Amino acid sequence: MTIVRSLLARREALLVLACLLLLAAITARFPAFSTPKNLAGVFNDTSILIMMALGQSAVILTKSIDLSVAANVALTGMTVAMLNHLVPGLPVFVLILVAIGMGMLLGAINGFLVWWLDIPAIVVTLGTMTIFRGLAFVESGGAWVNAHEMSPAFLELPRTLILGLPVLSWTGLLAIVLATLLFTRTGLGRAFYATGGNAVAAVYAGIDIGKTRFLAFVLSGTVAGLCGYLWVSRYAVAYVDVASGFELDTIAACVIGGVSTIGGVGTVGGVVLGALFLGIIKNALPVIGISPFWQMAISGAIIITAVVINARGERVKGRVILRRKELPL
Amino acid sequence: MNAMPSTDTPTTEPILKMTGISKTFPGVKALSDVALELRPGHVTALIGENGAGKSTLVKILTGIYQPDGGSIAIDGKEVALPTAEAAQELGITAIHQETVLFDELTVAENIYLGHQPRNRYGLIDWAAMHARAAAILHGIDAPISTRTRLKDLSIAQRHLVAIARALSIDARIVIMDEPTAALSYKEVEELFGIIDRLKKAGKAILFISHKFEEVWQICEYFAVFRDGRQVGAGRLDEVSHNDLVKLMVGRDVTQAFPKLPAEIGDVVLKVDGYCHPTEFDQVSLELRRGEILGLYGLVGAGRSEFCQALFGVTHPSAGTVTLSGKSIAVRSPSDAIDAGIVYVPEERGRHGAITAMSIVSNISLPSLKVTSRRNFLRMAEEFELAREYAERLDLRAASLSQPVGTLSGGNQQKVVIGKWLATLPKVIILDEPTKGIDIGSKAAVHAFMSQLAVEGLAVIMVSSEIPEILGMSDRVIVMREGRMAGVFEREGLTPEALVRAATGNKEAAA
Repeated sequence: MTIVRSLLARREALLVLACLLLLAAITARFPAFSTPKNLAGVFNDTSILIMMALGQSAVILTKSIDLSVAANVALTGMTVAMLNHLVPGLPVFVLILVAIGMGMLLGAINGFLVWWLDIPAIVVTLGTMTIFRGLAFVESGGAWVNAHEMSPAFLELPRTLILGLPVLSWTGLLAIVLATLLFTRTGLGRAFYATGGNAVAAVYAGIDIGKTRFLAFVLSGTVAGLCGYLWVSRYAVAYVDVASGFELDTIAACVIGGVSTIGGVGTVGGVVLGALFLGIIKNALPVIGISPFWQMAISGAIIITAVVINARGERVKGRVILRRKELPL
Repeated sequence: MNAMPSTDTPTTEPILKMTGISKTFPGVKALSDVALELRPGHVTALIGENGAGKSTLVKILTGIYQPDGGSIAIDGKEVALPTAEAAQELGITAIHQETVLFDELTVAENIYLGHQPRNRYGLIDWAAMHARAAAILHGIDAPISTRTRLKDLSIAQRHLVAIARALSIDARIVIMDEPTAALSYKEVEELFGIIDRLKKAGKAILFISHKFEEVWQICEYFAVFRDGRQVGAGRLDEVSHNDLVKLMVGRDVTQAFPKLPAEIGDVVLKVDGYCHPTEFDQVSLELRRGEILGLYGLVGAGRSEFCQALFGVTHPSAGTVTLSGKSIAVRSPSDAIDAGIVYVPEERGRHGAITAMSIVSNISLPSLKVTSRRNFLRMAEEFELAREYAERLDLRAASLSQPVGTLSGGNQQKVVIGKWLATLPKVIILDEPTKGIDIGSKAAVHAFMSQLAVEGLAVIMVSSEIPEILGMSDRVIVMREGRMAGVFEREGLTPEALVRAATGNKEAAA
């Protein structure tokens, strides 16, 4: 009994259970949904969200937030799509390097503003979010880059099958492995947790919290840059409003996955499950025939439920009632 | 020292009478069958170690907690305190350790928040609010403009605002929960002046403090709590200092300062002409192996700021630091830790531990360079490090993987100290190591500090408590307004000499 309870207390177990219940409910009406092939499709569909939610979680762990990730996707995606259109001979790996480098630069701009000018992250990224999307408009003049204007290699890479799984899925899996290593096995990962958990204590422990936040933004931007290419290539179209509002999905995945919005708490497993949970819902609701508007309302309700669960989890932690409550920094 | 209860008549009836109060939290019996009486025009001291149930009692009295049993009577009439508002309406108010006020609001708004005077349309009557706030501030001799924003006030001035707030609701019972914890010597004197005036106005005051000198200076009655029970109460002039300590800890505290003789070795740390643009100027010192150097001064004398600069948190504008004969440049805490200087900050609760992280991660955090290889953390090494220091410090925890936030306060402190010792420092700076902790835990901290010195560490102890400075230091540096105001050897050092140097007042005495 206690084992069950302690397992249920873990966010990951709760999420696995929630995902399984969700799948069971859907399968009851549409058995085809739970075939391995379809589930692999759902994972492939959620890969970009998983990657960007992991980047976002690094930022949130340091008690910041990155609202500019979706605009970053739009700007880098538009840039590589136009580059591909204008210089069709350019090899795809060069375009990917451009996307990664550009995303990294955009993330570094966020990180720099937060670090050196000491502006709150929500303000900085709200500003850069608008700027990045504006730049995507400026460079394209508002025009679309359509599938026929992209080279076959550009379009095929994410779809290429390796051992039965598309490259996009493999990228997602690789991101999970790398994030796990980074978060649990490196000093930088530990610094993310320490900076968000207690910034002053982190400074006294010899951690440069400004640099740590900067690197979290660079990481988030880099992932968004890579996803800029993947997005445009996967959906075979680039336009200014690509991934509009997607930054909220990445934050939602983090929150559902148990990442504390005040920093310092969260796991890779939780974030991945949070993203998958959203992914399953997004894929299943149309199958069940629920309108996209209900989908948004349902996603919203789930986010609020997750926040309530997070808050309750934190309350249980503070059960030692006689101790003076510390003010959050 | 023994103040004569001036206006006391033995017939003073208690205004507040609590009897048989009990309160249980899941797993903890916080209060059992507790009694307390408060008399108008008198100060009652509430004394007890941390966790004795003082805060719980205050919360019951202010309507935040509901007692499981017992009765509360005001003026002989039994009352219920279901909410904080109900307690306020009955004239009970509390001024807390860390007074809860609002930085961005003006003084008048802070004083009247929640009970703003209204005009006949039900809107806030600003003119009346400022006028009344000014009158209250004038009444306690606080020369503060009611339109100043709270963030522009000093800590002492904020206390005055908090007291004014208490008066604004026409309180008859004022609870002061460690009001002097953040005040300097002079500010404490001012506070006592205000308490005197509150007394004359017939208020009943409950004064919670760890500092016995203060208790004797301003209180007439006392109540001692231990482990959730009231173990003694009565008139202060009928008991001795020792009686109270015995009641409080339930045993004789024979030696408050267990300083062991340590072998004083070579100079470890030499600081020369350390300056900061605003906080301190021309501070120089030498520290030897096995030595405990006391750093005394009033709040705001620049002691913590000096230590933080030494640790690389802030940057000095001039001066040199030599560690073990080698000149070092400390630009960040990370440099200081590498060199072998560590700083245990004053507010260990807020600045020390990362409560969401495990014990292991907290202890290993400053030592990650040592426990990792090629930038990859090695969990086994971290566990070993944590296990070693958990054992040395007698840390009580179910598992080293549990978050520090789930530990008791005392054990959290051990984690914080363990994390610094694990870096194998040469110099350890302890900023107010016993501030706000009870006598029993204080003795443990002092014994531990002494042990560190014996093991060859050089210790700098920043402290505002004279007995602690006198009892623990081999040598004392006194700072005043950012400058060194005197260096004293342990032998023959008197409290008067310390206070004279710290205040710059030739006639001042303790």
